[in-house]
Amino acid sequence: MSAILQMSSARLVQALLVVLVIGLASFAMMQALPGDSAYRIAAGRYGYDVMDAQVAEAVRLELGLDQPVLQQMGRWLTQLATLDLGRSLVSGQPVWQEISGQLGASLLLACSAIVMSLLIAIPVGVLSGLNPGGKMDRLSMALSVSVRSIPAFALAVVLMLLLAVQFKLLPVAGYGEIRHLVLPSLALALSLAAVSNRVLRDIVVEAVASPWFQFSRTKGLSQAATVRRHVARNVAAPLVAYVGVQLALLIEGVVIIESVFSWPGIGHALVHAIFERDVPMVQGAALTLGLLFVALNFGVDLLCKLIDPRDRVAAS
Amino acid sequence: MFPKLLIALAIGITTTTLHAADARTDIRIATPWEISGSDPATDGFIFLRMGVMETLVSTDANGTLQPGLALSWQAAEDGLSWRFTLRKATFHDGSVLSSGDVAEALTRAADNPGPLNDAPISQISADGDDVIVTLDSPYGILPAVLTHSSTVIPASTSADETGESLNLIGTGPFKVDSLSVPQSMTTSRYEDYWGEPAKLSGASYLAVKRAETRALMAESGDADMVHTLDPSGYRRLGDVDSVQVQSVAIPRVMLLKMNAAHPLLDTPTARRALSLAIDREGIAAGIMRAPESAATQLFPPALQQWYDKTLPALQYSPEKASEMLASLGWTPGEDGILVREGERFSLTLRTFPDRPELPLVGAALQDQWRQIGIELEVSVSNFSEIPAGHQDGTLAVALYARNYASTVDPTGAVQSDFGVGGGDWGAMNWQAPEVAEAVSTIAASAESKERHELIRQVITQIHEDLPVAPVVWYQHTVATAKGLQGVVVDPLERTYGLQALSWSE
Repeated sequence: MSAILQMSSARLVQALLVVLVIGLASFAMMQALPGDSAYRIAAGRYGYDVMDAQVAEAVRLELGLDQPVLQQMGRWLTQLATLDLGRSLVSGQPVWQEISGQLGASLLLACSAIVMSLLIAIPVGVLSGLNPGGKMDRLSMALSVSVRSIPAFALAVVLMLLLAVQFKLLPVAGYGEIRHLVLPSLALALSLAAVSNRVLRDIVVEAVASPWFQFSRTKGLSQAATVRRHVARNVAAPLVAYVGVQLALLIEGVVIIESVFSWPGIGHALVHAIFERDVPMVQGAALTLGLLFVALNFGVDLLCKLIDPRDRVAAS
Repeated sequence: MFPKLLIALAIGITTTTLHAADARTDIRIATPWEISGSDPATDGFIFLRMGVMETLVSTDANGTLQPGLALSWQAAEDGLSWRFTLRKATFHDGSVLSSGDVAEALTRAADNPGPLNDAPISQISADGDDVIVTLDSPYGILPAVLTHSSTVIPASTSADETGESLNLIGTGPFKVDSLSVPQSMTTSRYEDYWGEPAKLSGASYLAVKRAETRALMAESGDADMVHTLDPSGYRRLGDVDSVQVQSVAIPRVMLLKMNAAHPLLDTPTARRALSLAIDREGIAAGIMRAPESAATQLFPPALQQWYDKTLPALQYSPEKASEMLASLGWTPGEDGILVREGERFSLTLRTFPDRPELPLVGAALQDQWRQIGIELEVSVSNFSEIPAGHQDGTLAVALYARNYASTVDPTGAVQSDFGVGGGDWGAMNWQAPEVAEAVSTIAASAESKERHELIRQVITQIHEDLPVAPVVWYQHTVATAKGLQGVVVDPLERTYGLQALSWSE
């Protein structure tokens, strides 16, 4: 138990550091970008048919962008201390209100993609690993390589053409119903599964070659029973750890997939906020993604501890 | 055998869904424009197009002013005030449209960016059932300005104490049921609409930034009306049986802005030479996929009063361009780039990717100008770099799209572009006081006898001096489902015409 407490407090310190570093770094990076931020914000708000220098100056005055940079930074930090992320410079809405909605959409997409990728990777990886060099193994190798070598954007368009346009089984894009979730999740899941099924396959191959596997077969257990009783748990720990590593890939993929499928998520919002120099939104979105990453890693650690009893056994 | 069975099954499912679609009464629209909130200054155009909110003055497809929420309007003898008489209408929450609501909404519009902000307004007030707009100087194009989407009238309850827009109560034929910023909105028919109620039961709006995705949505039937297709999507959809594509000339022009004080561009001869080296027909056919869209003068024929068919068309002649540059003392250097007294003919063009064709046209210009010995660097960035460069004087040339009919009458845009000192989206350092004077006279009076002659004078001088050189006139592309009846594409981009739409039996 104390191990978990120790781990939690370490992660908490990490989270605080992440907040500080991301907040300061994103502020500094936004300041360092070329171009006048009043012009960019005015551009984001009003579009090119209305925006001009006069509008940009009005925005500068309204938002106090002529104030010294340190003063602006200080204001953000004091706001943050009271858990206030401020308001979006473009839409005028509270940042947290905008992000909370987008975060839900992104989490939904990410979770559904992970579940779908495991549903693909586990059977394919286990079957390939149980019979290395077999038909299944070679086929999954070829498919994995080809899927992984297609950029996420192109894969998404191929899926749209096939499943939505050709067979009209699913909608091309949109948000709000379960069926809208399937195509973007599948596009992400295929990229993720293309790697994780190979990782899983290698772990299974290793397990099958291990003495304990041979022993359980020798004592008379069937292959299926051995896999269920012994291989599953041994394989689960490294697999969960690997899924943790994939989270970084997932967050990156979400940005592209969200924009292709018009999914109103946080990745999509972050890209827009950067273009529009919406500093509070960039800070808010980057913070949320950073903290999310810490939280998910914490979850992965906990899960690994739960699956792998060796530490607990050693402690007792 | 098995694959055949699968295909048959898929076709079976497809046809069943299509039959089901015939009974539909709503419509799904996909466009590239995201909804940022409910403020008329930033999102009024979406609420106007979707028939949620309305303006005092409306237009028909030809750009002729029509009664909107105002039944009639009248200027005072001295032209310093206008009286608008309102029609009887109710907001979606059941409250009656009052002159107070209108005065409040217009005052807010005049304080926010938009064409009403540029008008010489001193006060907007309610007078009984009428609304009075008081001016500092005559402004004949005021009714035309009141067709602009930033002047839509929401209920006054729509704003909080700070004037920030909170909800979406309008007077239009459709009321908002749900709004999910920035992507989607659903509306339903407003039964107590002052005019004829809509035939459709409702409409949904989805902002889809990527042109590829929008085209696929039209093809798969996920969207019944898709606005703004990229050239390849437009061609592809032309071959799809269930979809109808339309391309309509709109008063939007792709322009090349040239800094008239730049040492390489400070004579009309130099600017004309650059214009002569642009293969407009090639760009129109190859990039825009609409050969008829090559610009022959600044304003397109759709802007009837501002289009002069007697003007000689802008030509393409690299040979003549080279001769003109030679007459200015430019001679080819070792690498083929022109030089004069040790200076290279090298320019930077600013453009932006929000309209995907702009960087492509920028690259085409780079190639076409290279043939006459001009080195062009294309800088693709945020569009605000163009007004920023105009203000700090660092801009040499810029490529962008300009809408000359956001208020129906292009006078307002022409005045800000070619008036005194030029404009962020118009002339830069161009000395033409007589044009500025002519434009302000045109703006003051919408009906004077000399108006036509003054317009002629303005367009002729722009055509000869080329402070901006038009490249192509835009086509607005729309894909609609075949079963949809009553589709009219508004060249002014004010409305999607939802009120007149219905599904065929």
